Amino acid sequence: MPTNSTLEQAVVLLSGNEAIARGAYEAGVAVAAGYPGTPSTEIIEALVRYPDIWVQWSPNEKVALEVVIGASFAGARTLVAMKHVGLNVAADPFLTFCYMSTNGGTVIVSADDPGMHSSQNEQDNRQYGRMARTPVLVPSDSQEAKSFTEAAFDISERFATPVILRSTTRLSHGRSPVKLGVRKEAARRLAFERNPERFVTLPAHARSWHPRVEERLDALRQFAEDCPFNRLEWGSKEIGFVTGGVAYQYVKEAFPEASVLKLGLAYPIPRELIRRFASEVRYLFVVEEGDPFWEELILAQGVKVAGQGVAGPCVFPRVGELSVEIVRSAVKEFLGAGSASASAGDRQARAGKGAAETVSLPARPPVLCPGCPHRGVFYVLAKHHLIATGDIGCYTLGAAPPFNNIDTCTCMGSSIGHALGLEKALGREFSRRAVAVIGDSTFVHSGIAPLIDVVYNRGTVTVIILDNGTTAMTGHQGHPASGWDARRQPAPRIDLEALCRACGVNDVQVVDSYDLKAVERAIKAAVAREEPSVVIARRPCVLLPGMRKPPIRFLPEKCIDCGACFRLGCPALEKNGRRPRLNEVLCTGCLMCVQLCKPGALIAQEA
Amino acid sequence: MVEVTSRSRPERIDNVVIASVGGQGGILATRILASLFLNQGWEVKTSEVHGMAQRGGSVETHVRRGQRVHSPLVPRGEADLLLALEQLEGLRYLPWLRPGGLCVCSTERIAPVSVTLGNQAYPGEIRETLGQTVGTLVWVDALGIAREAGNVRAANVALLGALSPFIDASEQEWQEAIWADLPERVRAVNLAAFRMARELTTAEMGRGKA
Ligand code: SF4
Ligand code: SF4
Repeated sequence: MPTNSTLEQAVVLLSGNEAIARGAYEAGVAVAAGYPGTPSTEIIEALVRYPDIWVQWSPNEKVALEVVIGASFAGARTLVAMKHVGLNVAADPFLTFCYMSTNGGTVIVSADDPGMHSSQNEQDNRQYGRMARTPVLVPSDSQEAKSFTEAAFDISERFATPVILRSTTRLSHGRSPVKLGVRKEAARRLAFERNPERFVTLPAHARSWHPRVEERLDALRQFAEDCPFNRLEWGSKEIGFVTGGVAYQYVKEAFPEASVLKLGLAYPIPRELIRRFASEVRYLFVVEEGDPFWEELILAQGVKVAGQGVAGPCVFPRVGELSVEIVRSAVKEFLGAGSASASAGDRQARAGKGAAETVSLPARPPVLCPGCPHRGVFYVLAKHHLIATGDIGCYTLGAAPPFNNIDTCTCMGSSIGHALGLEKALGREFSRRAVAVIGDSTFVHSGIAPLIDVVYNRGTVTVIILDNGTTAMTGHQGHPASGWDARRQPAPRIDLEALCRACGVNDVQVVDSYDLKAVERAIKAAVAREEPSVVIARRPCVLLPGMRKPPIRFLPEKCIDCGACFRLGCPALEKNGRRPRLNEVLCTGCLMCVQLCKPGALIAQEA
Repeated sequence: MVEVTSRSRPERIDNVVIASVGGQGGILATRILASLFLNQGWEVKTSEVHGMAQRGGSVETHVRRGQRVHSPLVPRGEADLLLALEQLEGLRYLPWLRPGGLCVCSTERIAPVSVTLGNQAYPGEIRETLGQTVGTLVWVDALGIAREAGNVRAANVALLGALSPFIDASEQEWQEAIWADLPERVRAVNLAAFRMARELTTAEMGRGKA
């Protein structure tokens, strides 16, 4: 993305995430923080390209928000970016911060993931706006992503509230033209003025704030009525749509002639405007990606509207992403049938149909990469039939064939707690057949507290920290144990071994993930011990620069067709009967398969 | 090597679906194409429809251009061009191509995990299926061309070269789009791969007419 001032006023193609970053930059943001998570990651990555802003990866979203709140107390404009489930982690400070009257404008970007392209659930974070009584803005293309972000800072300061900017995958990862502008430098002087009544959440203080929050919500309701982001687009009065976000684009393409009330401010909704709009059109639909959020709020106003079937007909699916086809066919079918015949189940079935049509072709799910250092660990776990409680990161892919070796997983940091819970329910014997796996970045995010819990509550869990030195799944961001920061500058590196010891774990081993024998020895020893153990399996992610080695060589004359090499499941070794066919473009020369090939048919390339 | 089987010339290329395997550079190809269209003054929208950060999984991206573009997604059956960086992915996304559309497909084969494990077979006769279904098929040894140009990683840009004769844009315009989206040190190799594929395709099309 251009950062050069000569490019100001230029029109460039930006992803929604890059446009949010650009909007924050132009609005004079001073501090930005986040934790990487698809589809939000590129916001912080884009902000890093602008000088003069403090940009950081935090160990988790809660910490990121707390940093940003502190900076806002000093009057700085601040932004925090996370994926939808990240806001669950940050919910604790968030739901109190919204009481505290923001000083410097604060924008909380929630990148939701309808369709769960890379997430464990489909939650719709407009709901958080309603719970916290904070405004929620929903842009529908990159240009709006930029201008709504800028406006969000103004709204935040005008109403002294944090503002949620809700994106969805299709906006975050879609690109469309954006007109660049110049950065507004902050006019105010940053300072922290002591004011405990404002900044300290003693019950006595907070009690006096809550009525102000409700008053603010009333003011925001008024603001919604003539907010320029809520736009009426009159067309034929036969069909009217209330919509917003990327769903607006699908509606415009499917029904260019219809009337549309586009909600740019998702919460609170403009009640009067909606009532007026509803009275003018014959059929009123609400099209929204995610929950029937507007549908419920509109129905609560006594306005009849067709959406996901909260009280009326179920026209649109409640799961997955929308598309032009879904909007088009759903509305046509509804008007054609003229009745509410289709059940919610039919809608869901239709949403899933696209995938079903292609089942005859071999599916291509994401897999552990050729040369992935986690591969050796999963090979050992599978070999010894160990149960593995799992976590969020590349290694969740250990749940896929050939390993099929992740047995539980709910969220960031879940593996260690699950392992302790299973042990408490089933007895210590369980932990002699099980391990908890967690990545280095995830361990720092939320693995430390449950590890302390294991020690404190006398668990005997074995934790394997799969330490590839980065947050790999989201594109190789730094973290406190990686040794570099958000701008890829060297940073102090947290020593994981010392940290685990300080948590009270006496049995801490470090092994090279590529050394299969050493990994096996370490895991066997750790699992056998009747005390908490940590095995740090360390080797940098093979996708980091400079990690690839020349591909190995296959000597067919030495191969005895034993098939031992396939137990690694490396994508670079295709099955050709009982012997491998090596894909030289994919092979990274990690030499793990070489260790499995007894007759020496797979060998390292001579230099 | 480039082969062109043509039954009808595509009259417009407004909607493009690019299919690839994670790590092949499908996203870069998407950006280059989008930059080209944007520089030509079109409204452009693109979308990356992939999950789990592309670890060797199927990656699908969309590029749309026009006077006014709403949805960032190409509706099924409405793509004018299907650009496939891998054979099986070409077959997988065939339902997105409109009847009579153009398919530019790499001969590269990457076995999905079910195939490397021997549980499923890599489909045969992909070329025949595509040839019989699409309006125009351009079948490109993109890896071979890229290797000859000096780097197998330039296969994605080689495919853009093979597709370039079907798009109304000068070589200069293509070069600008490629340069803008590539770091300095790989520009020369990529441009070489682009040119080789472009020339091979143009020659093939000339032969077809004769
Ligand atoms: S492990 Fe070695 S001998 Fe056995 S099938 Fe693989 S290449 Fe052949
Ligand atoms: S050396 Fe073996 S295991 Fe490693 S990437 Fe190459 S083929 Fe795969």
